[in-house]
Amino acid sequence: MTKDRRNADVIVIGGGIHGCSTALHCAMRRLSVILIEKDHAGRHASGVNAGGVRQLARHVAEIPLSNASMALWHDIADLIDDDCGFTSDGQVLVAEDEADLEGCRARVADLTLRGFHHEELIDAKELREIVPAVSETCPGGVISRRDGAAIPLRATQAFKRKAESLGATIREGVRVTKVEKDGSNWRVVTDAGAFLAPRIVNAAGAWADRIAADLGEPVPLEVIAPMLMITAPLPAFIKPVVILRGRKLSFKQFGNGTVLIGGGHLGTPLRDENVTLLDWRKLAISAGTVWDLFPIMRGAPIVRAWAGIEARMPDDLPVFGRSARHEGVYHQFGFSAHGFQLGPGAGAVMAEIIATGRSNVPIDGLGIARFTTTH
Amino acid sequence: MTPIASIEQLAESYDLLVVGAGPAGLSAAARAAELGLSVLLADENPAPGGQIYRAVTTSPVKNRAILGDDYWRGADIVARFERSQATYAARCTVWSIGPDETAAGSFELGLSLDGKARIIGAKQVILATGAQERPFPIPGWTLPGVMTAGAAQIALKSAGAIPSGRTVIAGCGPLLYLLAGQLAAAGCQIAAVLDTTPSANWSKALGAIPDFLRSPYLAKGLKLMLAARRKLRFVSGVTGLTATGEGKLASVQFEQEGRTGTIACDTLLLHQGVIPSVNFSNAAGCAHDFDGKQHAWVPRVDAWFASTVPGIAIAGDGAGIGGAESAALCGEIAALGTASRLGKLNEAERDRQAAPIRTELDKRLRGRRFLDLLYKPAPQFLAPPKDETIVCRCEEVTAGQVRDAAKRLGVTGPNQMKAFLRCGMGPCQGRLCGPTVVELIAETRGTTPAETGYYRLRPPVKPVTLAELAALPQTEASVKAVVR
Amino acid sequence: MFRPIADLAASGELSFTFDGRPMTARAGDTVAAALLTNGVVACRETPVSDTPRAPYCLMGVCFDCLVVIDGIGNRQGCLVPLAEGMRIETQHGRRHFTEASE
Repeated sequence: MTKDRRNADVIVIGGGIHGCSTALHCAMRRLSVILIEKDHAGRHASGVNAGGVRQLARHVAEIPLSNASMALWHDIADLIDDDCGFTSDGQVLVAEDEADLEGCRARVADLTLRGFHHEELIDAKELREIVPAVSETCPGGVISRRDGAAIPLRATQAFKRKAESLGATIREGVRVTKVEKDGSNWRVVTDAGAFLAPRIVNAAGAWADRIAADLGEPVPLEVIAPMLMITAPLPAFIKPVVILRGRKLSFKQFGNGTVLIGGGHLGTPLRDENVTLLDWRKLAISAGTVWDLFPIMRGAPIVRAWAGIEARMPDDLPVFGRSARHEGVYHQFGFSAHGFQLGPGAGAVMAEIIATGRSNVPIDGLGIARFTTTH
Repeated sequence: MTPIASIEQLAESYDLLVVGAGPAGLSAAARAAELGLSVLLADENPAPGGQIYRAVTTSPVKNRAILGDDYWRGADIVARFERSQATYAARCTVWSIGPDETAAGSFELGLSLDGKARIIGAKQVILATGAQERPFPIPGWTLPGVMTAGAAQIALKSAGAIPSGRTVIAGCGPLLYLLAGQLAAAGCQIAAVLDTTPSANWSKALGAIPDFLRSPYLAKGLKLMLAARRKLRFVSGVTGLTATGEGKLASVQFEQEGRTGTIACDTLLLHQGVIPSVNFSNAAGCAHDFDGKQHAWVPRVDAWFASTVPGIAIAGDGAGIGGAESAALCGEIAALGTASRLGKLNEAERDRQAAPIRTELDKRLRGRRFLDLLYKPAPQFLAPPKDETIVCRCEEVTAGQVRDAAKRLGVTGPNQMKAFLRCGMGPCQGRLCGPTVVELIAETRGTTPAETGYYRLRPPVKPVTLAELAALPQTEASVKAVVR
Repeated sequence: MFRPIADLAASGELSFTFDGRPMTARAGDTVAAALLTNGVVACRETPVSDTPRAPYCLMGVCFDCLVVIDGIGNRQGCLVPLAEGMRIETQHGRRHFTEASE
């Protein structure tokens, strides 16, 4: 029975959206897969983030993966039998002053030169049409019209369920303790015994540095706890997701009227205890930013706040692609608080690389070698 | 006692911050202040007393016989607190707690008063947030006109008000009889008392009878029960309840051993025991266990009521239901433990002072087991059988939806259930749905509440507005810390 | 829904309005108690389905007593002492924005 399987073509370590997406796409290519997750799928960053499905404001090196992913998001129900609550009303980057707007102009021009057209500059008039409640002092911004948001835990678990339905073995509550070579295989040692596969994917999120270190490819991964707050239901006043260029803010109103406020202010993660501590003074700064930008929100009650456990790389870019040292090892971690949208596409690309040896989607600049070949 | 009128009057920090001005909090604050600690007692209500002694200093009810002697004894506890050197902030909501990064082992708590918030430091914290009614989800329980027995008591104590029309009281537990007696004495028109105590519980509780016979509850309880049964229409062995009406309550239907009845009424008061209020202790990171005897989640505490988070103690019903008098005694013990941890008292002296309090406490707790066993609600009142019964009042999620998600989507616990159905995501933070969601998942999956787990709660423990948060005074250190 | 019992201590009488209707209640009552003793059946409609709701627990746990007080919504009526001249309104569905921010 697949539940007891110990050997497979691929072992995926980590049940976030990246691990689950890779497991699904490998299963779709008829590779046998075992996914090993120490808690439950979507327990950490993938399940508790702001749910932004965003191409807007990405580093150029991520854009090809992001493009591949966005195509999947817009038909996500076909892929995983669940619409994941995905809505697409665009995402808008709001410029707070002329200097900001100039920066926006330069960015859009740069993207256009590179052949990317998903970001468009908008002026004050259009900004106020799309985001009527935004402060009058904002001179314009950038919009990515096909962007939107989804429900993170639901999406992650839908990927898991679909992978399982296609034959993937999902082992939750199993913690990897060591990874070592065993002939032509990799032996993944866990607290529930060992598993063997010729190919392994390190999608272990905030714990991926430990796997990488085991493999002799240490990386400077930082564990962070980005904080979020959500309000009680408010009358509908904003459709697209809003982010800022200068200050930390991401801002989204759901269909039920609640408003999610994020942006990356950091709490304190305790990754070995699955605990995060909130920093209310920093949340107060988020609140102040919303106060400035959306006066209409000033009396809104905040009913919940939380923070996930995420991995950040020093250059804010993920580690994605083949190992720099070993045959059959692949890395897919370090998404630095903006990996959710990339999940569907990254899993497809990773499965393609595993199955065929290559992918048409450019992933230059994302490899682990950039951290391990500096000596 | 120093009363606080505005949040600016609070000091930057205290030795001890006590949350909740019921018997446990009042006693803990008074004892700690008497031992020389600087103490702040913060409570969100306008006057001290918590729920059981609600409005004991402000009640407009003149006829003392209506509320009974036990209630009025609460005034002594308040009086002692008022004689102490503690500081008291009424109408002050404590909404967050976390470690103080500048003072290892100490805490920072977020407080709000009159629309302004501040972060206050405390070396030690005692949570005395008490108990809440066990949720009683029946079809129609969200109709205007359906309230808890506790609500009727609060209305009587604090406003001298009683339900004006035909009233039905339903459920089980000693409070049911107490309330029936109080309301009847106050002139309320009680159409019926519907007792849902499962008849099977009597034989289960037999084993605990010897202790009950030696406890103070026997005399009190019997008196209440007999008085209530003598004067009022009593229906025992009720196995089903439904509240019906259009836009407001019009009648209650009940089932009893195969027969059904309908009672027209304007108010339905529900009660099936009380359970610890765990939202604050849960959000503070304290470990909780599912206590099979009380059939409720209870924080794990030691002999000094210290929780699993060093520096946080939990006293009173919030650490396990024991009643008002036990709560006061627990508060004293928690204060002694706190004072000793802060070096105000050596351990020998601490133990010496605690000894007689522990003896008294043991006496008070004797006989509780009988009550726990006798009044454990029947399964159908813990996990409502009718799919259309609302389970999460805030988000209007039904029992059927929870069962379906547990079965079809394989949702194994309430935290995942939250993400799928939104139960627990409303302003009450799961206070009224948590226990029921756990029971439904456990029942559907053939497991137990203990194995199913509970919501993982976070601050804010009560909502705080964007305006309050945005205006939170910043320290220089925190402004610098944001730059990265 | 509720009525004061006979034989209560004397207290001042406070005037207030609910949805514009003038009412009075005892000084010392909370907003929720004042509404209940004035025969108010429902104080809010839920944001999910606009269903009428009234106070359920009177102790700050259920959040069913949410009302708009002097233009500010999402106030738990059971925790707010009634004051002279208060303008209380039904909280319709989703919370109102505050006067201060409009």
